[in-house]
Amino acid sequence: MSLVLTLASRNLFHDRLRFVATMVGVVFSVVLVMIQMGLFLGFGRMVTTMIDHASADLWILPKGAKCFEDPSLLDVKLRDRVATMEGVSWAVPLVIGFSDWRLESGEVTPVFIVSADLRDGSLQPFNVADGNVQALTQGANVAVDRSYFDRLGVSGVGSTAEIRGRKVRVVAVTDGIRSFATTPYVFVDLKNARNYTGTPRDRASSVLVRLKGDADREKVLSAIRAEVGEAEVLTSDDFRSRSRSFWLFGTGAGAALFAGALLGVIVGTVIVAQTLYSSTKDHLNEFATLRAMGSSNAYIYTVIIYQALINAVIGFAIAAGIGSIVVQMTAKSALPIVITPWLMAALFALTVVMCVASGIGAIIRVVRIDPATVFMR
Amino acid sequence: MNDHVVEAKSVEKKLGRGAGEVHALRGIDLSLRRGELTLLMGPSGSGKTTLLLVLGCMLTPSSGSVTIRGTPTADADKEALARIRREHIGFVFQSYHLFPTLTATQNVQLALDIRGEHGRRAAQKSREALAMVGLEQKMDSLPGELSGGEQQRVAIARALVANPSVVLADEPTGALDGKNGQSIVRILAETAHERERAVLVVTHDPRVVPYADRIVEIEDGLIVQERADRPRMPTPVPFRA
Ligand SMILES: Nc1ncnc2c1ncn2[C@@H]1O[C@H](COP(=O)(O)OP(=O)(O)OP(=O)(O)O)[C@@H](O)[C@H]1O
Ligand SMILES: [Mg+2]
Repeated sequence: MSLVLTLASRNLFHDRLRFVATMVGVVFSVVLVMIQMGLFLGFGRMVTTMIDHASADLWILPKGAKCFEDPSLLDVKLRDRVATMEGVSWAVPLVIGFSDWRLESGEVTPVFIVSADLRDGSLQPFNVADGNVQALTQGANVAVDRSYFDRLGVSGVGSTAEIRGRKVRVVAVTDGIRSFATTPYVFVDLKNARNYTGTPRDRASSVLVRLKGDADREKVLSAIRAEVGEAEVLTSDDFRSRSRSFWLFGTGAGAALFAGALLGVIVGTVIVAQTLYSSTKDHLNEFATLRAMGSSNAYIYTVIIYQALINAVIGFAIAAGIGSIVVQMTAKSALPIVITPWLMAALFALTVVMCVASGIGAIIRVVRIDPATVFMR
Repeated sequence: MNDHVVEAKSVEKKLGRGAGEVHALRGIDLSLRRGELTLLMGPSGSGKTTLLLVLGCMLTPSSGSVTIRGTPTADADKEALARIRREHIGFVFQSYHLFPTLTATQNVQLALDIRGEHGRRAAQKSREALAMVGLEQKMDSLPGELSGGEQQRVAIARALVANPSVVLADEPTGALDGKNGQSIVRILAETAHERERAVLVVTHDPRVVPYADRIVEIEDGLIVQERADRPRMPTPVPFRA
């Protein structure tokens, strides 16, 4: 181990209490930022679940539609025109919307209806844990998620309830299709979806389009745009980022998460700056000795910056451990915290920057030392 | 080459400000020569420490000049002065100023580290410097585990390890009893005579006198007497390098 590193670590660990205080500061702040950013990522992922699981290349949407859940409607005749166009494999209408679910106990709870397309597979229940999705095409059958059993008053395949006065039967159960808005998703076939949401026969929420493998995507895209007039045609990627920015920034949810993260950074920086400064003050005599021995200022900064880096590395390691526990704990919750390798790398960089920036106060103090005054005593 | 490693000419130094201003040095001419042990003596408050710090480029004179190995220091800023100290000067102080969390070897090695000498060779050199002051048994001890005399010997090893041309010691035996003080004095004398360094020792300690080549007496910021003490006592054998 290099001598500077030895000196830096001895300076830090010498005062245990202060080191613990520093660690509490770093860990608190990094975990806070990690959770806020993990929520941000989790939220961003969750709001695009349906888009992610649709097998469409393009989405034809009512003009100005902001997200998957947008209630506006478009003319379903578009579908027939687009379906026959050159380069289009299939075009399928999608109907979504809120409805009421009456439990056997008589209680009523809101649900979010999604029309399932089993013929072309544009969008259908995924992560199926039990039952048979194909049965959705017959009668008044539904697919629900296991995590909403309590809310919906059902216990699995075969359970019954009512939607808008019509009796429905659970024929398939999924695992982990959760809605961040906490309204349970209920998959039904297209005809039933119209009935349950009150969508007229000539309307749909959107049209999902799949292109042929050999189609010239750009060309087909602009041909479709020309064909549908007012309606918007977005690629899946574009629709994903539009939904994400609507939910994260249009609603202020993202700003709130970022504000929380910023607070974490500020608190962390202040605590580390405070402890580094007081540690440096305690070791002023030693820094003055170094200076008297002829050390350059750069050498002394290195000692302080190493102290900052040791704080950063140990603090981050502890925070990462806590973070992974939090990730595991929230994995099955309504809003899982998502920590990607990129987020980890960015957080580590942030921790290092935070700790080194905290050293500035200490460095300014050290530059002012006059070694002579220390030895005059 | 000129034997004068450090040359001070007409050095004046004012300390403090306003009403508290003290004229600590009032026109000092003094040269330190290679291979010579110079004693600086004088009453308390006469300006000994101030002079030592000016000669060691830790304080800049208010007027007059200090030249280190032919290079004037007048235009040097703080960083340049640090560089001069790094290249030419080793300090030994009454209160040791060792790093309490580092071992004896690491304390000595620090003097090499700030000069960009790292790694095994630096550690080896540091152990040799400690052996030279008779501390081969205490290489891995922390300062808190050493006696005052041992701590001062570590400080001397630290001052010598990078081979400075000048060694400045401010009351190095002040806090030590007879036997410990004696060994410090011998090491410093050996440094001057065997290793051909210019050594200046500020002291009240009469035990140092027999080893001195020259005694400079200062009073109220002025040199009042300077005498060469010849023949001096030979440096005892055990401390030869
Ligand atoms: N920072 C300062 N501000 C003002 N006056 C000072 C300062 N430092 C020292 N002095 C004064 O300068 C004079 C010389 O001080 P110096 O420390 O050089 O004396 P000294 O000979 O080393 O004394 P001692 O034997 O007690 O160590 C003294 O009168 C002292 O009070
Ligand atoms: Mg003094």
